[in-house]
Amino acid sequence: MSVDLILGILQIVLIATTPLVFAGIGELVTEKSGVLNLGVEGMMLVGAVTAFVTLVITGSYFFAFFISLLSGVVMSGLFAFLVLFLMSNQIATGLALTIFGIGLSSMLGKEYIGTPINGLSPWFFVIFSFVIVFLVSYFFYKTKMGLILRAVGESHNSAHALGYSVIKIRFLSILFGGSMCALAGSYISICYAPMWQEGMTAGRGWIALALVVFATWKPERVLIGAYIFGGVTILQMNLQALGLRFPGQFFSMAPYLATIVVLVLISSNRLRIKLSAPASLTLPFYKGR
Amino acid sequence: MIKFITIISTFLVFAFGSANADPKKVGFIYIGPPGDHGWTYMHDVGRQYMESQLGDSITSTYIENVPENADAVRAIRKLADSGHDLIFTTSFNYMDQTHEVAKDFPDIKFEHATGYIQADNVATYSARFYEGRMIEGHIAGHMSKTGTIGYIASFPIPEVVRGINAFYLAAAKINPDIKMKIIWVFTWYDPGKEADAANTLINQGADIIVQHTDTYAPCQAAQKAGVYAFGQASNQEAFCPDAHLTSIEDIWGPYYAERAKAVVDGTWSSGDTWDGMDKGMVVMSPYNTKLMPTDLIQEAVNMEVGIKDGTLHPFTGPIYNQAGELVVPEGEVAPDGMLLGMNFYVQGIDGEVPQ
Repeated sequence: MSVDLILGILQIVLIATTPLVFAGIGELVTEKSGVLNLGVEGMMLVGAVTAFVTLVITGSYFFAFFISLLSGVVMSGLFAFLVLFLMSNQIATGLALTIFGIGLSSMLGKEYIGTPINGLSPWFFVIFSFVIVFLVSYFFYKTKMGLILRAVGESHNSAHALGYSVIKIRFLSILFGGSMCALAGSYISICYAPMWQEGMTAGRGWIALALVVFATWKPERVLIGAYIFGGVTILQMNLQALGLRFPGQFFSMAPYLATIVVLVLISSNRLRIKLSAPASLTLPFYKGR
Repeated sequence: MIKFITIISTFLVFAFGSANADPKKVGFIYIGPPGDHGWTYMHDVGRQYMESQLGDSITSTYIENVPENADAVRAIRKLADSGHDLIFTTSFNYMDQTHEVAKDFPDIKFEHATGYIQADNVATYSARFYEGRMIEGHIAGHMSKTGTIGYIASFPIPEVVRGINAFYLAAAKINPDIKMKIIWVFTWYDPGKEADAANTLINQGADIIVQHTDTYAPCQAAQKAGVYAFGQASNQEAFCPDAHLTSIEDIWGPYYAERAKAVVDGTWSSGDTWDGMDKGMVVMSPYNTKLMPTDLIQEAVNMEVGIKDGTLHPFTGPIYNQAGELVVPEGEVAPDGMLLGMNFYVQGIDGEVPQ
């Protein structure tokens, strides 16, 4: 294997994995605050379509990403309102958000399918994805605000008793998660495969969700997990192209299989503490109880 | 309350009236969105052509993004229940679902694309895309400088394997040393993954990208890397003008119009249609004059003529399989039966068809 070949493979892995990192780290922050948002795929799609349409209309990459982030804030804000204030079930609401996002993105993008655009170089976002993971890690483990956020996710009643606003902290975490998902989506439609096609995220939102569990709710492990998931896909493509016999189907399901294994490990209670799953995940918070 | 009943009965009269009214209803089941600029897009172009040809004698509807699982049964049944007279199901893996619903509605005609099982009210139809693959292979044999072709394949079904073989046989005739690198992505539709596969192939030295998936992401990736590509299903030159050599276009319109007309006239009968360039069901997009030498374009056009008049066949013997056994003797062409069930690579292609 030549150096060029390996560098080439590395490039493809970096470009392919970046959306998983964005969506994964966003969802991680949301879950750390004790909220499970299954709407990742839907928010990614809406982020992808809003970025694309804005780019076609205004021609400005800055606006495209700005509007896309805004769409993530709006989508996740809707989710936050439903689960935090109206106390709706997080799992059902998240699934509904995904279904809603799939439909909404199809509707918004109908007129723009097949409009050619100039893609943007992915490298800024690739670097940014590493930066954001380390920022989140720093925030969680080195700042007081991060500690409070994690406390809310562990035991919202205790955090509330100490005088922290559980609702506000969760709301902001959900918004951060939403905007990261939208960023992942816009990266896909502007940099990764510059086009708009219905359902073009093709299940990456679900992989991001699996990733958070796989990473046992640790930021650096999201990065590592994403690169394992992404790397395995690209590696098996390379082996195929080199003419080696290979069960490609197996590698399509590998991320999910790995996640199930981690889930089985977590289901033992003592390990769960070690694996730092937020104890209040999916539990609704009723003020004053 | 009376008002309510009036509204309902008016509605019923309309519903009943329209079911019995003259225009025949034609329904389509699509696997993707009509805007994919690939497979589904071309079926929708065909549907619109049919409407324009038959005018008021038919109306048509479609359901898009129907997965190839039990959901398809529901979608097909929905069309059948709402009084459609003719239903096209436009993907290979709708086969069982189409037959399941067809059994319950003997008076409704069904047409299953790329399938091979017929019934009294289920016809099948497909196009001989491999004829186009032969021309692409010939062009690739001339245009490739590295002698390495990157082929993005979707699922290991005969249609895809046939395309790979037809392409390779034609390319190897020009350049016997040509190498095929094949990546199976196990999806029809994932722009990101298709782009990854294209970039992987280019990284491994391929300078021509061929795809059997549905989006133009591979062609875009080729354009970015400065190599050539063949589009898929529809003319994709607009998305990658500096890479796009030609595409195989699927032209379904005349067939849809013919079959819908048969339903209107009451002459529809089941059967199997497998047409190619001679009937205009497979058409090559305009060859890229900026990238291809004039005499090569002329050769490609001559091949089209040869395929149309039957003097040229992509699977003309001698053809050997990978084990070196003669599968098509010299001077003969592969029978349709072999082509329909093709699940092996011909001699010269590395690797194995995934099982």
